[in-house]
Amino acid sequence: MSKRTDPDKFIVTKYVLYPGLLLALLVRCCVAAYPYSGRGAPPMFGDFEAQRHWQEVTVHTPARDWYRNTTHNDLQYWGLDYPPLSAYHSLLLGLVADWLEPESVRLFASRGYESETHETFMRWTVFLSDLYFYVTAVLCICIHMERVTSKSELSVFKRTDVSTVICLLYPGIILIDHGHFQYNCVSLGLFLRATFFIVAIENDIMATIFFVLALNYKQMELYHALPFFFYLLRKCFITVTNESSMAHLIYRFTKLAIAVIGTFSAVWYPLVHSWDDVLQILHRLFPIKRGVFEDKVSNVWCSANVFVKLKHVYNNEEMVRMCVMSTLVACMPSCLDLFFRINRKKFVLCLINVSLAFFLFSYQVHEKSILLVAIPVTIYLPDDPFTSLWFLLLSTFSMLPLLLKDGLLLPLLCTSSIYLSFYSIALHLSGLETNIFSVLSANTVYEAAKTKSYNHVVMKLFSTMFFFSLQGMILLGLGSLLVKPPPQYPDLFPLLISMYSCLHFIFFLIYFTYCQLQLPMCLPVQLKVKKN
Amino acid sequence: MILELLIIVTAVKIYFIPLYRSTDFEVHRNWLAVTNNLTIDQWYHDTTSKWTLDYPPFFAWLELALSYIAKMFDPAMVKIENLDYASEMTVLFQRLSVIILDFVYMYGAFRCARFISRGNLLVFLILITNPGLIMVDHIHFQYNGFLFGVLFLSMANLFENNCVYAAFWFAMLLNLKHIFLYMAPVYVVYLLRAYCFTVSSKDGVHTPWYSFSVVNLIKLAATVLFVFGLSFGPFINQLPQVFARLFPFKRGLSHAYWAPNFWAFYNFADKILQHLCLKFGIPVVTQEASMTGGLVQEYQHAVLPTITPATTFVLTAVSMMPALVKLWHLGADTKYRSLSFARCLTLCSTCAFMFGWHVHEKAILMILIPLSYLSVLGKMDARFYTFMSVVGHYSLFPLLYPKKLLQIKIFLLLTHLCIVFYYLPILYEPKTKLSRKSAFLLVPRLTALQILYLCGLIGLCFYENVLHIFLGLDKTLPFLPLMITSVYCALGVFYFWVSFYKYFLYSQLSTAPISSKSTWLDNEIRITSDKNK
Repeated sequence: MSKRTDPDKFIVTKYVLYPGLLLALLVRCCVAAYPYSGRGAPPMFGDFEAQRHWQEVTVHTPARDWYRNTTHNDLQYWGLDYPPLSAYHSLLLGLVADWLEPESVRLFASRGYESETHETFMRWTVFLSDLYFYVTAVLCICIHMERVTSKSELSVFKRTDVSTVICLLYPGIILIDHGHFQYNCVSLGLFLRATFFIVAIENDIMATIFFVLALNYKQMELYHALPFFFYLLRKCFITVTNESSMAHLIYRFTKLAIAVIGTFSAVWYPLVHSWDDVLQILHRLFPIKRGVFEDKVSNVWCSANVFVKLKHVYNNEEMVRMCVMSTLVACMPSCLDLFFRINRKKFVLCLINVSLAFFLFSYQVHEKSILLVAIPVTIYLPDDPFTSLWFLLLSTFSMLPLLLKDGLLLPLLCTSSIYLSFYSIALHLSGLETNIFSVLSANTVYEAAKTKSYNHVVMKLFSTMFFFSLQGMILLGLGSLLVKPPPQYPDLFPLLISMYSCLHFIFFLIYFTYCQLQLPMCLPVQLKVKKN
Repeated sequence: MILELLIIVTAVKIYFIPLYRSTDFEVHRNWLAVTNNLTIDQWYHDTTSKWTLDYPPFFAWLELALSYIAKMFDPAMVKIENLDYASEMTVLFQRLSVIILDFVYMYGAFRCARFISRGNLLVFLILITNPGLIMVDHIHFQYNGFLFGVLFLSMANLFENNCVYAAFWFAMLLNLKHIFLYMAPVYVVYLLRAYCFTVSSKDGVHTPWYSFSVVNLIKLAATVLFVFGLSFGPFINQLPQVFARLFPFKRGLSHAYWAPNFWAFYNFADKILQHLCLKFGIPVVTQEASMTGGLVQEYQHAVLPTITPATTFVLTAVSMMPALVKLWHLGADTKYRSLSFARCLTLCSTCAFMFGWHVHEKAILMILIPLSYLSVLGKMDARFYTFMSVVGHYSLFPLLYPKKLLQIKIFLLLTHLCIVFYYLPILYEPKTKLSRKSAFLLVPRLTALQILYLCGLIGLCFYENVLHIFLGLDKTLPFLPLMITSVYCALGVFYFWVSFYKYFLYSQLSTAPISSKSTWLDNEIRITSDKNK
């Protein structure tokens, strides 16, 4: 009997996987030992208190009242403003907290509750959620990446172990989730799973379901909705020869529609009894009143605000309209390209472009939303390691004012240097003659990545730009730490940082859109697993 | 690669700057103040703080040097009256001083790793990621890394056959922290055999007495005496006071938390017997020993005879004797004697750890660090290290008691264990075998019993942190987990001690021919000690 090829049997490189994975987890633990946002800062505290308050509300009030202002639920104090799945997650954690330490979720009495055991509990919930949702999703994607890459193209950045660890060590999400305290890892993990089902398994239904779940965990996932929509829609049009094309189209489309509607109704059913409820929840999720941006965000509106005070010129309604229009204009090239010249490789790029366009132009953007752009970039990193690294560092830097406010400077520096060192180790593993400064050289990095090569001048230009961009980051960082801004401009450095980052993001939007347009059209077919 | 690893390890250490620190932090701050403000004849007399100076003179000089830099950070730090002073700058300075002095350790580790032809990067990685050292130095706060760095410098010189330099560095080390006296017999025996006897015998049994070189002996003696003179010279008028500070026999047999050694069994048996006696109505002297404070006074055993310091010294010396005799014989072999030296060093530290007086749990590092160096030098040593890396480091967990640190402790240990359990087998097993079997856990070939024992540690960890609290026992029996941990780990350390002793006594490197059929056996090792020949 000849050897059958067993599709489930595959070998992945795991030389640095286990220690690297544990290092990534260790870094998370270390960051989690630092104070969370708003610790000991009454009356409103911070995101930690918001999460704790949601547990308190979801445990003690009936599901219908979660999004309503009732006697037991004061929406003015950290009212629930994330979609239902988030609320269920809070309920689940709240029940556990209620069992372990009932004082921590007592209705009203527990506001501003801070105790060491409770903090440890909350930190563990983030850690376990991260492990369950995010780490596994990253592993799936990275294993797949190595499996489908042919041996000649297999660069060090596409090895499972290296790509996983680089992905998991990305400082931004570690600092926000484990330091600042949020549960971004859940929605981003679900989103990565959806991406995995599209780029690897081609199971559109599962992809839809997971994406809807992600959307129902955080409405910010809307940043990623357009690529999913256009990609799945285009796939409905792919005809199979021996079937009637129209019937096939309708059949495929209906399947997806059922998946979307089914998931939505399953998630919303316990909360909704009338249209009024839906409108109330939607009103909570999209508060137009809150203005175009809150703190200093590195997007176009915040930068434009320096020169023209937008609030005085436009009212909120007009602002929303402008935001929608400009966002659509900015993401259309990418979306239309994905639709008309479909290619699986374009999908991740399209995710980056669209979310970046949303970040730059849309309404009510938070500086943490850059994570929604950064996570697709971490999966794109093996294809374009140099620019992606640059982007990821810059995205972390753009959150500097927030992290400084939380007292996370030390973790920021350590996590970033660990990230850069590991990246440099990856370059070493490629077998090229490298030293620690090779990270700065576009030429070496692209050679190690074995992907594309620009001509020599462009490489030099890239390296120089990256070098000066790093210098700028260091100078601005030092400035905001050491220099006291003049009294009439107290927000000088946060503003400079956001404008500096904004300029970069516009450049990245153009660059990644260019990358996407460069790729040829290629209908998605089942990928072959390389033979080992 | 080495630079990147250094950055990663240092970055992890920097995370710990604002975290929990033990009273040792205040101890060292006080020493900064004492050395900076007082003249040297008062250093060992000052009693403003209860944490009096009890390290040898060179360490005091080091503190003096540090205190000048400390003044730039925060002048209030070096005031003697400022007890328990811990401003932000003080913390930053003290922590950074440990982190920067740790580069001595890294350099030492690098020097020693260079001698190994296969796995030199691995041993460097294992040494610098040692979780015990990170926990004790960078969270608990001590300067062990620096001291082990000096030890490694001495060992590196020894491997290069620069015996005088080796003696010099070791004498320096003794004057930095006198706990390394436990290693001194190994140095004495080795240097006598390998340096003072210039001719090596082929069979390793007979000593060529005729080749005794008095010149070499004088060189060694002069070096050591010079260092000691430099150190204790300025204190010549107050030697009794200095020695009283250095060897405080007022402290008990065991530390607050029993180190996992022979005396843990002894104390445990005493407790059990005491309970039995009470149950059967036999009158015993009951005395509650304080198990919490850092300054434990003498502790009387209730049933079993009380141990005096002299007993522990006799036991330690007797237990070391066979190993030293063996080293004398193995020292004849020029090719492998450095290896035997490293093994004997580990073994004698273990003896001292097992039977010493007032042994700290931290002293287990004196076993773990030389053993981790050995782990790339022989398959058996690798097995011992895989076993001890779990037990030894786990036994350090109670040192950092805040619940908040549990996650960090676990993942520090797991990261290191991953390196040990995953890379060591790759070093010893040919690649083809590896892909067929699951290399993880299996290839170090711990016996089923050992694996069972190690799995017990997981259960212990679970019991200690979850079950014990859920059963509500933390109010009534708060020290039970500590006792179980120390006795359970003592079992592992004891097992290691016996089997490593047996392994060392039966090792026949000097007569073993270099066999060609077994590729990765012990004689694959190349410590290029005979480079000077």
